[in-house]
Amino acid sequence: MAAHLSSGRVNLTALREAGRRELREFLDKCAGSKAIVWDEYLTGPFGLIAQYSLLKEHEVEKMFTLKPGRLPPADVKNIIFFVRPKLELMDIITDNVLREDRGRSPQRDFHILFVPRRSLLCEQWLKEQGVLGSFIHREQYSLDLIPFDGDLLSMESESAFKECYLESDQTSLYHAAKGLMTLQALYGTIPQIFGKGDCARHVANMMIRMKREFPGSQNSIFPVFDTLLLLDRNVDLLTPLATQLTYEGLIDEIYGIQNTYVKLPPEKFAPKKQGEGGKDLPTEPKKLQLNSAEELYAEIRDKNFNAVGSVLSKKAKIISAAFEERHHAKTVGEIKQFVSQLPHMQAARSSLANHTSIAELIKDITTSEDFFDNLTVEQEFMSGIDTDKVNNYIEDCIAQKHPLIKILRLVCLQSVCNSGLKQKVLDHYKREILQTYGYEHILTLNNLEKAGLLKPQTGGRNNYPTIRKTLRLWMDDVNEQNPNDISYVYSGYAPLSVRLAQLLARPGWRSIEEVLKMLPGPHFEERQQLPTGLQKKRQHGENRVTLVFFLGGVTYAEIAALRFLSQMEDGGTEYVIATTKLINGTTWIKSLMEKLEPAPF
Amino acid sequence: MSRARADEEEYWHSSKFRAFTFDDEDDELSQLKESKRAVNSLRDIVDDDDDDLERVSWSGEPVGRRNKLPSFQSLSDALTDTGGKSYAPELRRPKAEYKDYSSDWSPKDTVRRMQRGKVCSLERFRSLQDKLVLLDEAVAGHDGNVITAVLIFLKRTLRREILFRELEVRQVALCHLIHFLRETGEQKFLLDLLLSQYREHLNIQDVEKRREFLKSCIGLPFSAEDTSHIQDHYTLLERQIIIEANDRHLEMAGQSELFRKYPRKASILNMPLVTTLFYSCFYHYTEAEGTFSSPSNLKKTFKIPDKQYVLTALAARAKLRAWGDVDALFTTKNWLGYTKKKAPIGFHRVVEILQRNSAPVQVLQEYVRLVEDVETRLSLATKYKCHDVVIETYRDLKDRIQLIAYKSKVERGSAEDEKINSILNNM
Repeated sequence: MAAHLSSGRVNLTALREAGRRELREFLDKCAGSKAIVWDEYLTGPFGLIAQYSLLKEHEVEKMFTLKPGRLPPADVKNIIFFVRPKLELMDIITDNVLREDRGRSPQRDFHILFVPRRSLLCEQWLKEQGVLGSFIHREQYSLDLIPFDGDLLSMESESAFKECYLESDQTSLYHAAKGLMTLQALYGTIPQIFGKGDCARHVANMMIRMKREFPGSQNSIFPVFDTLLLLDRNVDLLTPLATQLTYEGLIDEIYGIQNTYVKLPPEKFAPKKQGEGGKDLPTEPKKLQLNSAEELYAEIRDKNFNAVGSVLSKKAKIISAAFEERHHAKTVGEIKQFVSQLPHMQAARSSLANHTSIAELIKDITTSEDFFDNLTVEQEFMSGIDTDKVNNYIEDCIAQKHPLIKILRLVCLQSVCNSGLKQKVLDHYKREILQTYGYEHILTLNNLEKAGLLKPQTGGRNNYPTIRKTLRLWMDDVNEQNPNDISYVYSGYAPLSVRLAQLLARPGWRSIEEVLKMLPGPHFEERQQLPTGLQKKRQHGENRVTLVFFLGGVTYAEIAALRFLSQMEDGGTEYVIATTKLINGTTWIKSLMEKLEPAPF
Repeated sequence: MSRARADEEEYWHSSKFRAFTFDDEDDELSQLKESKRAVNSLRDIVDDDDDDLERVSWSGEPVGRRNKLPSFQSLSDALTDTGGKSYAPELRRPKAEYKDYSSDWSPKDTVRRMQRGKVCSLERFRSLQDKLVLLDEAVAGHDGNVITAVLIFLKRTLRREILFRELEVRQVALCHLIHFLRETGEQKFLLDLLLSQYREHLNIQDVEKRREFLKSCIGLPFSAEDTSHIQDHYTLLERQIIIEANDRHLEMAGQSELFRKYPRKASILNMPLVTTLFYSCFYHYTEAEGTFSSPSNLKKTFKIPDKQYVLTALAARAKLRAWGDVDALFTTKNWLGYTKKKAPIGFHRVVEILQRNSAPVQVLQEYVRLVEDVETRLSLATKYKCHDVVIETYRDLKDRIQLIAYKSKVERGSAEDEKINSILNNM
């Protein structure tokens, strides 16, 4: 089920296994049959750790979604709430518990599992409602870093960026540090820590402190990671705003990937040959899991979308040739061999069919006029053209009332590429946005300003051109088919964050001191002492392993760029990526927008 | 953060210790003695509660809130001026003042005491409930100084969101805090407070109440830019309420043909400005500028740019297929009485919008003809089958080859076909 986690340089199955063990232990504490009541947000991330079968083995017979009212009847001994420590969820739990029929026999026992951390506040709240005593076990399940793929970990903490930069709430950084401690307990102490940004500094400090406070944590595991690089999202606000142009990035931009699953419009996936049911089109969206367990997907996901078509057609030829071979199979032995390969071939064929359909869906959009216009403007901004005046295309989009998030992405991109907009330009955009989308968006605009995404230029200085040139963020001759530089992921723009990682590996940050100073927050280096026995003697030609932790989110295109660096023959470094949340420009801006409809609770 | 504020905070946090740091620095020994005495004298009168390390001593004379908070100003001035003044005596007040000191005063007693200018500790009030009672008592006492003192305490000990939430229902206290923040130059905190106040309108469902609330927001000290947006927001809602009442009546009465033919899909309340303009161009286009619901009135009131106005009006009139209005929208007369066609948005955009509203070819081609750029004109004309325009353009370009090629696209023997033939013959 999780073979893809062990395919990379670092075997992340161990992390998943640790998570499963902890879950089993908790379930076994509540002896007897059980029902789980889920905070819906958690089901996705939990699915990556354990399937229903694991829960079933431990006597979980029913599962419900957390909602107010009476709990559904279920003849189980235990009711376990799996929840995030949020007060509004505590209210629902209270309601559930209070409405439980006390007369029923046998009585059901209540337990509560906080993910990822127990919270005093929540327990106090439950106490005030008079239900705290109803819970026999109150525990926490530290689901910090969840393995998404062989080289990818995420905390799936949606609001981490917003909390850090708008609300000055750095709890998510604490969780990140905790997650890194767990990782070190399993994979050995990471000897070198580099970082850039205020949040990075905080996390490094917490890690060092935690290590000091728990001297027992000095483990005797041979370190797997050589380096940890902590990067603040606010060091590179630009990258997520641009439209990702890799296959996986575009799937995420257009359909949204959640916990490795994507939901697609069903029309293109209609069964073709089946006699029954083939007539009426399916109405349910098609749900697919996307990860490296699927051979074809692993091959194409990080390619520029323009290079995907040729791979797909090549694959199609190979597969049909393989099926053709049955005509040549003459002897029983040959037929037997062919038959033994059939399941694999059929899987490959259905995988190819799926991705051909997805590619067609995406192509419909990427070939549209509006996509092209939008991309042109983005690329102009990123290469430094006309960033200091009101842009016609943006104005047109506002006039035609395109989705607000699209407008905000573009305006923020322009602002970032110009180190802030001229006051007059900024005021103009603001006015147009408020008049067209409603004055209440003044709140959202203010949030964006606070996060530094949208701001007036101060001091009249635009640093972006210097940063762009020094870090070679814009490459004119980009090769999408056979890339030679990370800039292929945005067809010209090389993500700043990944450039920083690349330059750190070679020749080192000393060469870019000046630019680092222009970017927000401190940059630093820390070393964690290893016992002499554990110090690594590198084999000749063996690559270093660097864990890059994006605090505040990472895009699929950035991941693709890091994977590209891992695969470079003379690269010398392989990357594992961790983040607080997998994001794209739309989900990111959305997380910063003011929720304008009243809260559902 | 201004210096005044820093000092201010410092004062509240550690006035007790400050006492001996301001003594003459040359004389360390006497300084030590002095401080020891000061501390001891405090011990005598204060019960031994460790949590009471921070004390608020309130000695200012009562002042109105619009005054420049003289007491704290003078105190902080004095604190920064470390020259000669010693604050030790301040702590060694006559014992009489502490005689009736007790640790279990109610919030009410505490406020009373503060109003009399006596020392009080606020730190004892830890629960939110206590703090709010304290604030309410202070407000009820009308003493600006005391209110501000309590607010400073709350600001320091409450989470921002909670403080803002509570202030929403305590307008007097809110004004005091705003005033205080302005005086101390805490711009960021102030802006957060103001926006959280403004955000509250979203929770008010009743439009009349929402309008009233927005009106109260205009007076808040936002930046000039933000104030004008909020003013506009208020004015817009005010308009919408009038228009809504009027139009609902019209629609119900069933006498207006427009409303009968195109029933309103939703109420106009709380819609954005541009949507409101569209609505007004749709239902109230011909009204005189004097009426609130007329497009020209909206344009003037909200200073809607020409471009935006034309786009919206065009979309609305095209939807109603009022081609005459569309024509008038782009017709300008010069002083000699000649008419001229002009579009601030470019005629290619006009064509797009008309096409989206399925305008007939006759109407469409009139505007395609006005597209200045020849290539755009040709491509639009070809796309929307405005044969006349295509033919005339090729004629003007003297492009025989293209004209001959275009013959295949028109019907044989049709008027267009003949037109091409006659042009070809004359070329």
